[in-house]
Amino acid sequence: MRDNKGILQNIDWITTSLYFLLITMGWICIYAADYNEEHSKVFDFTQNHGKQLMWIGGSLIIALIFLILDGKFYSAFAYIVYGITIVLLIAVLLVGRKVKGSVSWFEIGSFKLQPAEFAKFATTLVLAKYLSNMNIKLNDTKTKLVVFTILFVPIILIILQNATGSALVYLSFVFVLYREGLSGNYLLLGFIAIVIFILALLVDKLTLIIIFASIIFIVFLLARKNKRNILSLLGIFAICSGMVLSVDYVFNHVLHEYQRGRINVLLGKEQNIKGSGWNVHQSMIAIGDGGFFGKGFLKGSQTTFDFVPKQSTDFIFCTVGEEFGFVGVFVVISLFLFLLVRIIQLAERQRSSFSRIYGYGVASILFFHVMINIGMTIGLAPVIGIPLPFFTYGGSSLLAFTMMLFVFIRLDAHRLQILG
Amino acid sequence: MIQSVSTNRRYIIIAIFLSVGIIYLARFFYIQVIDDSYIKSAQHNFLRPVTQFPSRGLVYDRKGKLLVYNEPVYDLMVTPKLIKGMDTAEFCALIGIAREEFDKKLRLAKKYSRDLPSPFEKQLSKETYGTLMEKLDDFPGFFVQPRTLRRYNDRTAAHLLGDIGEVDSATVKDSKYYRDGDYIGKSGIELTYEPELRGKRGSKLMMVDVHGRLMGSFENGKYDTLAEGGENLTTSIDAGLQSYGEELMQNKIGGIVAIEPSTGEILAMVSSPSYDPNLLVGRLRAQNYGKLLTTDNNPLYNRALLSSYPPGSTFKIIMSLVAQQEGVLFPETRYPCAMGYPPGGGKPACEAHPSPCDLAMAITYSCNSYFCYVFKSVLDKKGFNSFEESFTSWRKHILSFGLGRKLGVDLPTELGIGVPTIEHYDKVFGEGHWKSSTILSLAIGQGEMGVSPLKMANVMATVANRGYYYIPHVVKAIGDKQFQFEKYTTKNYTDVESKYFDIVIVGMEDVVQSGTAAASKVSGIDICGKTGTAQNPSGKSHSVFVGFAPKDNPKIAIAVVVEHAGWGAEWAAPIASLMIEKYLTGTITRPEIEKRIKNGVILPVPKVAVNNER
Repeated sequence: MRDNKGILQNIDWITTSLYFLLITMGWICIYAADYNEEHSKVFDFTQNHGKQLMWIGGSLIIALIFLILDGKFYSAFAYIVYGITIVLLIAVLLVGRKVKGSVSWFEIGSFKLQPAEFAKFATTLVLAKYLSNMNIKLNDTKTKLVVFTILFVPIILIILQNATGSALVYLSFVFVLYREGLSGNYLLLGFIAIVIFILALLVDKLTLIIIFASIIFIVFLLARKNKRNILSLLGIFAICSGMVLSVDYVFNHVLHEYQRGRINVLLGKEQNIKGSGWNVHQSMIAIGDGGFFGKGFLKGSQTTFDFVPKQSTDFIFCTVGEEFGFVGVFVVISLFLFLLVRIIQLAERQRSSFSRIYGYGVASILFFHVMINIGMTIGLAPVIGIPLPFFTYGGSSLLAFTMMLFVFIRLDAHRLQILG
Repeated sequence: MIQSVSTNRRYIIIAIFLSVGIIYLARFFYIQVIDDSYIKSAQHNFLRPVTQFPSRGLVYDRKGKLLVYNEPVYDLMVTPKLIKGMDTAEFCALIGIAREEFDKKLRLAKKYSRDLPSPFEKQLSKETYGTLMEKLDDFPGFFVQPRTLRRYNDRTAAHLLGDIGEVDSATVKDSKYYRDGDYIGKSGIELTYEPELRGKRGSKLMMVDVHGRLMGSFENGKYDTLAEGGENLTTSIDAGLQSYGEELMQNKIGGIVAIEPSTGEILAMVSSPSYDPNLLVGRLRAQNYGKLLTTDNNPLYNRALLSSYPPGSTFKIIMSLVAQQEGVLFPETRYPCAMGYPPGGGKPACEAHPSPCDLAMAITYSCNSYFCYVFKSVLDKKGFNSFEESFTSWRKHILSFGLGRKLGVDLPTELGIGVPTIEHYDKVFGEGHWKSSTILSLAIGQGEMGVSPLKMANVMATVANRGYYYIPHVVKAIGDKQFQFEKYTTKNYTDVESKYFDIVIVGMEDVVQSGTAAASKVSGIDICGKTGTAQNPSGKSHSVFVGFAPKDNPKIAIAVVVEHAGWGAEWAAPIASLMIEKYLTGTITRPEIEKRIKNGVILPVPKVAVNNER
């Protein structure tokens, strides 16, 4: 047995360095986003950048603690952590504070905590724990049901908090399940469902159904030897047509007004520059204003003069885009991609399936956040208000992402102690 | 086998991550590097062009005395889009307007543009400006823009200097320069010299935040253009003479125009009643304008340029010249006079004077009969194929003195008619049913004849110059440059040769020495002139005097009309003599006459005298 003294030599310094680079850049962006000359001191704790500095300090302490803890701890306590999180999610519904329409914050003095951010971490742990059981086969119906339950308990609770965006993050676990053997058709179906939803909103429904019918017919002609195919083709046709017909209902009755607005803006159906589209419009202006090299640190006119809404939270990436230009955007996106690929590499080298599944979970959640958050600043994703990991101002998300990542780094450092 | 499936899946997942990354980077590249519309939108967002108003040119008199200058005022501007959660009640109280007015003004501003600033309340008082500036930060969307107002130093020459007012929407539409709320010359030289006085607007790029608050100058003013101030004008007006003329004309109706014959420069242009030009400035302009419009005797009307007065006997000067040129009148030509024409109490009648007269005497004594003979001799002269032809020839000669047409003075309007046409008489009497005796009243400057004081003064300048005139004008220099328009430096010759003028001038000299205007003689100044008593259908005759002085190398030509004042010798001649004396010597040797004139009240009905006080 190797002893724990070697832990600092065993941790993956590439991942750790990427983490440090990203939180540093994130902090610089928060400083720039809320910059004003009266409060330009770095350690001004009345300002967001000063507060974030405290959160970064706190996160580093947590990271260190997580590195020191025994690697077996996480697997052992997965269910307990999950249980506590679920209790917190329920509790927040009862005693939580309403901020901008969502009841997702505990408030203890001036200190605010968002349990939904930690629920991702807990869910990842439990999912890894459950799927890493020796006898589990993902294609069993029972397994699917359990996995479904693990995911949907927090999803429902978060939707009840009126924080749909945070709930949608759980969709990213489809990558984990896919890696662990779930049929690729699910990924494909999900993709097709999104395409159909968008098409149904943009194109006339009858036309769409006729197009589906034609495609199915052509496929049928090509593969008519097999009778079973005919049935499944008809089934696919029925499902697609049903979706097309129900899109309107879902769109008009299930979604909220603001969600409809956001989707319309995203699809370009609504040029509502004052309402739903304003945020995205201003965000794109700020990013476009950056040009290739950017306007320079603290020189972004749009971010400095507050044209970009929520610029230290949801739209923090605008600061990167305006002040550091395409160069800055390229660097940050590359760092994120590098981090994601590195996590998957590390996950694949794990001897324990718990560590591997957990690693994939971390990568998937990070990916979803990065994709949606950056995508919404350039009008490629709906504005669902989820943070950009390590950048967005706020303690809960920084702590949660730090925990998530450093548990994985700890697991990775621990891998050699596990017999394969 | 399972291992290889998982390996593939690992790469599929990585591939998905990377493709999203690449799609995003491509999108960023498009937004940031290829499409530059975002940069423009960004500038539109945070850059606000702030107009730099040019200072309007100042106006001086011929001696360098400042007549018109600018005074700073502050306009409250609003950008409707940027208004946010303001305390409307407090705001209304601050600038002293009612809530309904606030709503109305805001509606107007929105109608103009939601994104561009437009004037909300103009010319804030100093107190309002002071209190408002302290609290302006509480009212996003509002800001204060400094501007200047015209001020008139002496309260003289209102008609000539003119005024400025807000540009009308039709002008804004047609012009590339003017914008709503701009000020533009409306009358006087403010209008004719608008392009010179105006200058050129500048623009300053200011940065604003999302609330529209000014955050400073953009890139240290790299893209700012400075406003170019308008050119200063030096007028030909002698401010002292001008106000003296206005003083003499107080409580009288009429006009005075004085011209320097050697240049055509207008020395004074009095239209009475007048008004204080400072009334037509600023936020009370419309209100005061309305008041002036309804004031008795219409002080806004520039009688010196626009009124059409019968020239009366002063027309005899032109008749003498034209008849000589036509070869039907000679200095020694004598005609008898027996109290009128035809002799023996005919119409027109005539006063008692030595008879028969030669030309100079006829002028001196203003013999009506003499000029009826002269008129007939011109129009019935042999050698013309028809009466129409001789009339046309006569009319052409008259027009060469600047009568019956616009002279081209550098002021917005002037009288353009006044010499009747053949068509006119054909219409009145029927074609072929009129002849020289039908229109005999023209001989003595009555009938359809009409001239403005400016035209009369110009005729005098022509006589003073012995045959030519320069188009009268009021501006001497623009900026540092001497006024060089060819239009005003070209001699305009009349149809009458120079040699015919001397005998007329002799007669005019005697008018003041011993004739009708002998009472207005000024010792030491050789004034040549002619009185007129212009009969008119609306009441007592107008008192008219035209003249120039000195006889040799004349410095001033003048025309004076006092409406319904009777004899030319009684009012117009002494006024002209005082003006001439004042201009040539700077002193008045006959205070008793000055006093009589100044105290004289000749108003049509005993109404309240026009008050020039503000």
